[in-house]
Amino acid sequence: MDNTPLLELRSITKDFFGNQVLADVSFTLEKGQVLGLVGENGAGKTTLMKILFGMGVIHETGGYGGEILLDGELVTFQSPFDALAAGIGMVHQEFSLIPGFTTVENILLNRESTRYNLLVEVFDDRMRTLDRDMMQERALKAIDLLGIKLEGDMLVSEMPVGHKQFTEIARELERENIKLLVLDEPTAVLTESEAEILIEAVRNLANRGISIIFISHRLDEIIDLCDKVVVLRDGAIVAEKPARQTSVEEIAEAMVGRSLEGYQPIARGERLTVEPVLEVKNLWVDMPGETVRDVSFTVKPGEIFGIGGLAGQGKLSIPNGIMGLYKAGGSVFFEGQEVPLNNPAGALMAGMSFVSEDRRGVGLLLEEPLDWNIAFTAMQTQNRFLKPVLGGLIKWRDDKAIEALAQEYIESLQIRCTGPSQNAVELSGGNQQKVCLAKAFAVKPKLLFVSEPTRGIDVGAKKLVLDTIRRYNRENGITVVMVSSELEELRSLCDRIAIIDEGRISGVRPATEKSTEFALLMVGHGRKTPTEV
Amino acid sequence: MKNNKKNKKNVGTPWERFKRLIIAYPVPALFIVISVLAIPASGFSIGYLVQELSTRLARNSFLVLSLIVPIIAGMGLNFGMTLGAMAGQIGLIFVTDWNIIGMPGLFLAMIISLPLSILFGYATGKILNKAKGREMVTGFILAFFANGIYQLVVLYGMGSIIKIGNEALVLSRGYGIRNAVNLVNVRQAMDRLIPVKFLGINIPLATFLFIALLCFFILWFKKTKLGQDMRAIGQDMEVAEAAGIAVEKTRIIAIVISTVLAGIGQVVYMQNMGTLNTYNSHEQIGMFSIAAILIGGATVSEAKIRNVFLGVVLFHLMFIVSPMAGKNLIGSAMLGEYFRVFVSYGVISIALVLHAWKRLKERERARAGLGLQGPSVGAAQEIEA
Amino acid sequence: MAEKHRLRYNSMESIKGFIQKVGWPRIIIGIFLFALFVAAPFVEVKVSTSISDTLVRFGMNGILVLAMVPMVQSGCGLNFGLPLGIISGLLGAVFTIELGITGFAAFLTAVAITTPFALLFGYGYGELLNRVKGNEMVIATYVGFSSVAFMSMMWLLMPLKSPTMVWGYGGEGLRTTISTEGFYLHVLSDFLAVRLGSNFFIPTGMIIFMLFICLLVWVFFHTKTGTAMTAVGSNPDYARAAGVSVNRMRTISVMMSTWLGGIGILVYQQSFGFIQLYMGPFFMAFPAVAAILIGGASVHKASIYNVLIGTFLFQGILTMTPSVVNSVINTDMSEVIRIIVSNGMILYALTRVTKSGSRA
Repeated sequence: MDNTPLLELRSITKDFFGNQVLADVSFTLEKGQVLGLVGENGAGKTTLMKILFGMGVIHETGGYGGEILLDGELVTFQSPFDALAAGIGMVHQEFSLIPGFTTVENILLNRESTRYNLLVEVFDDRMRTLDRDMMQERALKAIDLLGIKLEGDMLVSEMPVGHKQFTEIARELERENIKLLVLDEPTAVLTESEAEILIEAVRNLANRGISIIFISHRLDEIIDLCDKVVVLRDGAIVAEKPARQTSVEEIAEAMVGRSLEGYQPIARGERLTVEPVLEVKNLWVDMPGETVRDVSFTVKPGEIFGIGGLAGQGKLSIPNGIMGLYKAGGSVFFEGQEVPLNNPAGALMAGMSFVSEDRRGVGLLLEEPLDWNIAFTAMQTQNRFLKPVLGGLIKWRDDKAIEALAQEYIESLQIRCTGPSQNAVELSGGNQQKVCLAKAFAVKPKLLFVSEPTRGIDVGAKKLVLDTIRRYNRENGITVVMVSSELEELRSLCDRIAIIDEGRISGVRPATEKSTEFALLMVGHGRKTPTEV
Repeated sequence: MKNNKKNKKNVGTPWERFKRLIIAYPVPALFIVISVLAIPASGFSIGYLVQELSTRLARNSFLVLSLIVPIIAGMGLNFGMTLGAMAGQIGLIFVTDWNIIGMPGLFLAMIISLPLSILFGYATGKILNKAKGREMVTGFILAFFANGIYQLVVLYGMGSIIKIGNEALVLSRGYGIRNAVNLVNVRQAMDRLIPVKFLGINIPLATFLFIALLCFFILWFKKTKLGQDMRAIGQDMEVAEAAGIAVEKTRIIAIVISTVLAGIGQVVYMQNMGTLNTYNSHEQIGMFSIAAILIGGATVSEAKIRNVFLGVVLFHLMFIVSPMAGKNLIGSAMLGEYFRVFVSYGVISIALVLHAWKRLKERERARAGLGLQGPSVGAAQEIEA
Repeated sequence: MAEKHRLRYNSMESIKGFIQKVGWPRIIIGIFLFALFVAAPFVEVKVSTSISDTLVRFGMNGILVLAMVPMVQSGCGLNFGLPLGIISGLLGAVFTIELGITGFAAFLTAVAITTPFALLFGYGYGELLNRVKGNEMVIATYVGFSSVAFMSMMWLLMPLKSPTMVWGYGGEGLRTTISTEGFYLHVLSDFLAVRLGSNFFIPTGMIIFMLFICLLVWVFFHTKTGTAMTAVGSNPDYARAAGVSVNRMRTISVMMSTWLGGIGILVYQQSFGFIQLYMGPFFMAFPAVAAILIGGASVHKASIYNVLIGTFLFQGILTMTPSVVNSVINTDMSEVIRIIVSNGMILYALTRVTKSGSRA
């Protein structure tokens, strides 16, 4: 029995066009060992897995540095199929199943057992007939590895979520030479009891000699299941410990504890007893992948209120729900008046405005000029930039005024473009974001929701966007609710920050609170005592 | 899920089962109702109708069966089957020119149609791959476009550039095939191969055997790896692609198979009709076949062999009966004829609308499964270990 | 020497850019049409007649092509269901003749009667399309076909009496074609017409009317509602986030398209001289679709500019090809060429993907 580790990563580095995402990442994984990989969004977990799995996007952006050794041998995967052939399997968060196929058919998708027949000579290898008995056997063997029972003939479309998760895992396990299995947030959609069963199953696998990389933010599970815990932060490993020798708090601290230059938490003493301008009660929002179930909070006038949390926990759905973009329920009060939900026009007319995290999908009319983009909402909800003709019967679009408005924002936000009539699709990410901001400001809102304001834009633009938000807040008294996955960004701008975990508020703290406190809230420690500040 | 065990014993009264059947298959149900009303009104005898249906089943089933494979592969209704029909017709034109008689003539026509069908099918598949999500409109327009090319070749090219020996085929001006070609050499060659008379009804047994052969092929095909791949693609292209299935290539294969079958099917159709309407026969065949399979209960995403036979029977029943029913009920045969045109197009419209509507609802339901509505809703079901 | 190279390189670049912008099919068609005009005198086809005919057909078809614009702009795709709008126009025409009105007043009456029908049909059609987003075009086609077939039954049953319309000798139902002579034949075309000799004729009135309707549409798209409609077609999520009702805009666009289809067929009839019932409108959507695509529109975006250029090019080809090609080859290939050109154009548009990556 040799002692070479199954997997060894040596000094893995990766940058995307000058943006360093992974720096000198090294660790080993023994056979039959379970490694918990932990980190905030953007810490580099996903990129690391993409490198391991040979995804095309890595090669298309300049490859990676460092070496990967599998069973002591150097490997370079040009595509996921190479990785699969080498014995690495990955179960992603989104299910990759054929709804009308049975469990067995899904487990063996594109790897079915077949029998020869004469027509193969005439046509193609694919004319072989399926050997369903063999398929059943192989599938059951894979399911057995997990130590659970699944009905082989059940259609995926009729399965409960837990079953689907297991079918996915069984598919990876069915590969003959499976050595390493990567599970990305496998318990995210499971109930507690289902999660327990899954953890037990994973332990079974490890006992049979299959190594596991377990990515999760549920630190309790990590401590419970894993042999080793690796914490990534800003692309580097900040902690690597046996699970027995660490605790949830220690891990959480490692995940977030750092300070970035230029980002200093600001404390503004006043406004503790003023009437809230926004009151949210028992809000639920049905946004696929980001649902919240029961959220209540209040925002003070002139405050910058932050909402943070890990990806998929629900923070993004809050402004989307309040502004009527996704189905929502509960009650929202703005300036004392109830705001109708599921009604974008209503929210806009109440005086709220929104910069969506989905810049290209919701935030922009890509094929239209940027002056249209900026002025449109104001035109439709407030009847501005229109000239009444024939005694108001016809509302004629005032192209000149729209152009002038755009010009204003081009200057104040330093939007790099060829002019107000350039199509939005041609601008860079950062400038597109400035256009979205301009659109939100153009309606002269009293409250501004901003979601992921600096996602995917360069450093210079980032600073400008954040400064602009601060400026509008300080100079015009606009209340701001900012949703972001970057904790430091929130701490640099906000007065208070709410953390969302598993669809509910984990806690609300002043921004001056320690980062580790927020980290604990993000991983679900603190919901037991939700305190409002 | 927990209720299933209970339901298995309680299948429901015959009336309840009947009701569920109607809700699941509204279009065939509607057609049965129309037929039940129209048959007596038309004044045709049952014997006459049965004979007509027997003939039409033999004539049309092969063509309608060719629609099944693309539906399985998720490409919707193959309006491009018209191109296969054109290939079959070109085969028949040559066979008539070369004066080849009987079954050998038919076989030769089918063989000639093969390379043409494969070529047309390949081109169709490539074009449809470029219009993913809009396959049906594109196929529909492609059929019109191909018709133009067909006319270019047959109405202008044949006789001038492509030598046609038999002068009876050619128009008086010297080139171009005549509007009607008498297929005297191969007329009913397959139908009369094994003539059977059962209770006074003529049954073209050979043709039915040939159709049965195709049915077995389709059933068997679904059990092959290729068939399984197509089923996967038909349900979710992305998942299939991620699993390593060659999606684009497989889709093209599906269309090629359909086109080839349509070509052969058109030969079967024409040998029964006996006369080739050079410029019209293939035009309507696409629409009629698609209407038939939809009337039989197939949808844009699901089709079974029984849909084909049920559909051909119901569709042609309505077709035969409408003009006379219209005349007897309202006094206008024309009305009956327009009625059947209306019904043909109407049923396709309904099927398309239902399919689109169902797809949207499915997508909403799939999201609801993950994203839960309302506070503390969403107990996913327990699993055994 | 290097200078020359650089200049040539630059002009190559700008030619390439031009080609990409205009698109190969349009260039090919433009060159083809130009070639036909050049060849005309050599095969003894009078250029003056050709130009006249082209202008007449341009005026006749323009509004039918214009009917494509609202639905494309709102994201409903190409209006293959145009027959529904045409039917509303037919109803207007038929009832006007039944009322026995003549002259320009007849035309206006027809428009007045068409309008409520068009708006009603358009409303139903629009609501249907809203429920089948993503599959609009194929469903539009079959809704169009079904309604033509349905109306065919209705024409047989309608209890109208006017002798010009009903079959003689106690026949049932309306005739297949009804002449507009004596009613509103050429009322627009003859208005302010320009005649030079026996071969050259500009149907000024008709063209003025067509341009007037184009102007109305242009004005509409410059209003608040029109701007909202464009945004809905450009990005429905953006529009929804801005408080615009996407479904409402789409329905309005369908009602507009249907109305334009009704008006369009009335203009067509006054020039053509006949009202075509029964299966007449069956295929009428396709030339209109092909024309606007030839004019440079895509499945997502269409402008009035596309309408004018496209109608002119398309009708030009349809007019010129029979006369010129037939004289050259002594064969009538016009039908085949029409089929290949119009359907080829639509096929090209359906298989394109836009810059932003969405399926066009």
